[in-house]
Amino acid sequence: MSVRNFGRGFVLPVDAKDGSFGESIMTTLHTRFGPGVDVDRGLDFGQSQQQQQGQQRRINVGENERAVSVAAGAILALQGLSRGSIVGLLTAGVGGMFIYRGIAGHCGLYEKMGLDTAHSGEGMEEREISEQGIHVEQAMLINKPAEELYRYWRDFNNLPAIMTHLISVQVQDDRRSHWVAKAPKIAGGQVEWDAQITADEPNLLIGWRSLPGSQVDHIGQIRFEKALGDRGTNVHVFMDYVPPAGKLGHWVATLFGEAPGRQMRDDLRSFKRIMETGEILTTIGQPRGTCTGEGKRQETL
Amino acid sequence: MKALTWCAPYKVSVENVPDPKILNRRDAIVRVTSTCICGSDLHLYDGYVPFMTPGDIMGHEPMGIVEEIGPDVDRNRINVGDRVVVPFPIACGSCFFCRRQLYSCCDNTNPKPQHGDKMFGQPTAGIFGYSQLTGGYAGGQAEGLRVPFADVNLQKMPTDLPDHQLVFLSDIFPTGYMAVEHAKPQPDDTIAIWGCGPVGQFAIRSAFLLGAGKVIALDDEGRVPNRMKMAREAGAITVDIRDEYVYERLLEETGGIGPDICVDAVGMEAHGFSLDAVYDKVKAMAMMETDRPKVIRQAIHCCRKGGTVSIIGVYGGFSDKIPTGALMNKGLTIKTGQCHVHRYVPELLEHIRSGRIDPSFVVTQRMPLSQAPEAYKLFRFKQDESIKIVLDPAA
Repeated sequence: MSVRNFGRGFVLPVDAKDGSFGESIMTTLHTRFGPGVDVDRGLDFGQSQQQQQGQQRRINVGENERAVSVAAGAILALQGLSRGSIVGLLTAGVGGMFIYRGIAGHCGLYEKMGLDTAHSGEGMEEREISEQGIHVEQAMLINKPAEELYRYWRDFNNLPAIMTHLISVQVQDDRRSHWVAKAPKIAGGQVEWDAQITADEPNLLIGWRSLPGSQVDHIGQIRFEKALGDRGTNVHVFMDYVPPAGKLGHWVATLFGEAPGRQMRDDLRSFKRIMETGEILTTIGQPRGTCTGEGKRQETL
Repeated sequence: MKALTWCAPYKVSVENVPDPKILNRRDAIVRVTSTCICGSDLHLYDGYVPFMTPGDIMGHEPMGIVEEIGPDVDRNRINVGDRVVVPFPIACGSCFFCRRQLYSCCDNTNPKPQHGDKMFGQPTAGIFGYSQLTGGYAGGQAEGLRVPFADVNLQKMPTDLPDHQLVFLSDIFPTGYMAVEHAKPQPDDTIAIWGCGPVGQFAIRSAFLLGAGKVIALDDEGRVPNRMKMAREAGAITVDIRDEYVYERLLEETGGIGPDICVDAVGMEAHGFSLDAVYDKVKAMAMMETDRPKVIRQAIHCCRKGGTVSIIGVYGGFSDKIPTGALMNKGLTIKTGQCHVHRYVPELLEHIRSGRIDPSFVVTQRMPLSQAPEAYKLFRFKQDESIKIVLDPAA
C-alpha cells in the first residue's frame, strides 16, 4: 500500500485495489472546495491538527463494509436533510461521516479501537479473530447423553437441518469442509467459507476455524458437558467472527433481526428439539383466517 | 372447514378455512365434536393479550375423534377412531419439563420461542389458539384440529360417557383442580377462592374433592347472582365483594388468622371497587400497566401467615403495587402456572366415572359453532346468564 500526500497535511491512503476510487472522489472534493478548504478535517471531528500531521491514515475498513457505509450514510444524510430540523441536520452529519468513512476507507474510531476490517480474509491469526471479532456464546440444556449429541454434530451434513441460515455443508475430508450460508442482503445475501477442525475430542468438544480466503473469518467451539443429575448434557457454543460487512454490517444485521446471538440460540434450540423429540414443530401449512370470510394456509411462521 | 377467527378486539367471525393437515410426523388430525369458550378467551376477545394477529383461529378446549395420524405416532397409544380430549397446552413428553410433569412449561412445542424469551425470560409451551406468544397454533373452535405429538397430548376417553361430562378435562376442570391441589390442602384448611367463573366453580368443587374443611367463594353478588348461587350449591360460603368488607369477613370465618389457601381464579382483568382498582384501571387505560392485580393484592393481604396464594387466573404482562412486604414478612408461598393438564386427566376421569363429580353442572348454553360470535358476546356481556358455553361444530 502506498500513501500519497496532497499537501497541507492532507494524506490520502491509496492501494492498488482502492486507489482510483478514493483518489478521484477526493480530487473532486478538493477541486470543488478549493485548496483553502481542508476536506479531511472538515469531516473528521475531534482530532487535533498536530495529531493528524504526524500520522498516516491507512485503510482499515473492509471493502463490503465501505459499500455499506456509503449506502447507510447516503440514506441517513437524505433523511436528515429532508427533515430540516436540528435533529435532521445532526442525522445528515452522521450520514456524511459514514459516506466519508466508506469512500476513504478509514475509520477514526476503528483506529482508536485498534480494529481493521480491511484486511480480513487474508488469513487472520486465531488470536486476531478473537481480539477483533464479535463474540457470541450460548448454552442449552439437552436431555440426551453427550455421546449422542457429539455424534450428530460431528457429522456436519446434519447441520443444515438445525441451522436455518445454513444452505449446505460439503465435507471434504476428515478435517476440512466447505460451508455456504444465507447472509443479510446488505452483506451480499450469501457467504461461503472453508473450515478446518482444530480440535476434536470425542463426546467432549469440537473446535474449528475458517481458512484463509473465507468471507467470514471465524473460530468456534462446541463443548458437551454432562449436566448435574439426570438432566442430560449442557451444550456450550462460542464463536468469534469478523462479519462480512464489518461491525457496521453487524449493526445493520442486528437492526433487521439477524443478530448472531439470537441465531445461535435458535439453532441450538432446533438441535435440542431434533435430539429430544425427533422433529421441529412448525405451523407453516396450518389453516388460518383472513377476516374476509375465506381462509388460507399459513405461509410463514 | 368452519373455524372461529380473531379479527380485532370484540370482533370475531366464523370463516371457511382450509382443512387441517399433518405437518409433522407425530401429528394427528382430530374431528372436533365439542369445543368450548374459555374465560381466558375473553382476555383475547377484549384485546388484553398482545401478539394476536387478525386471522388467528381461537379455541383451546376441544374434544373429538381421531381422523388421521402421522407416520411416527405411537400406535400403541393413539389410533384413528379414538375418542379423545385435547389438553390446551402442547407437550413434547421428552424435555426436562415434561419429564417432571410440568407440561405447560414444555421447552419444545413453541415454534416462536423468541417472543417468550423476550417477554418471560424463557418461552413456555405452545397452546392451541392462544396468540403468537404461545406459538400461534390454530385453535380448536373449528371443525377440525391438528395436534402435534399426538401420542403425548391426546387423552383417550371412554365411549360410555357423553361429551359434556368429558370436554372440560381439556382445561377448566384440571385448572380449577390444580389451583387447590398444588397448594396441598389439609382437612382443617379454609380455602378462599376469588372469582366464581367456570374455573372458580371447578376450584370450589375440587377443594371438596381434595378434602378441604371449608370453602369461601368471592364474587359480585349484584352482578353475577347465578354464579354465586352455583357456588353455594357446591357447599361454599359466599362473600359479596361489592357489599361486604372482604378482609373482615375472611378473618371472621377463620378465627382471625385468615384463609390457609387463597386462590385467584380471576386473572388480569379483575374488577374492583377500591382505590387500588381505580388506580389499575387508569394505568391500564394509559397503557402503563397491562395486568390489574387487584385480586393478588387482596389475597396476599388476607392470607394467613405461612399460607399459600395460588394464582391460576391468567396474567400476561406486568403489574404494579404488589404488597411484597406482606408477602415476605408473613412467609407466604406463591403457587401458580398454566395448568399441567396431562398430569391430572387420569385422576379426574376417575372422579367423573365414580360419580363424585358431574362436570356438566357448569354448562348454561349449547350453541352451534356457526353462532360463535353471538356466543362470545353473550359470554362477555351477560356473564350471569352465561357461565359456560359449549359449541357444537356439527350442528
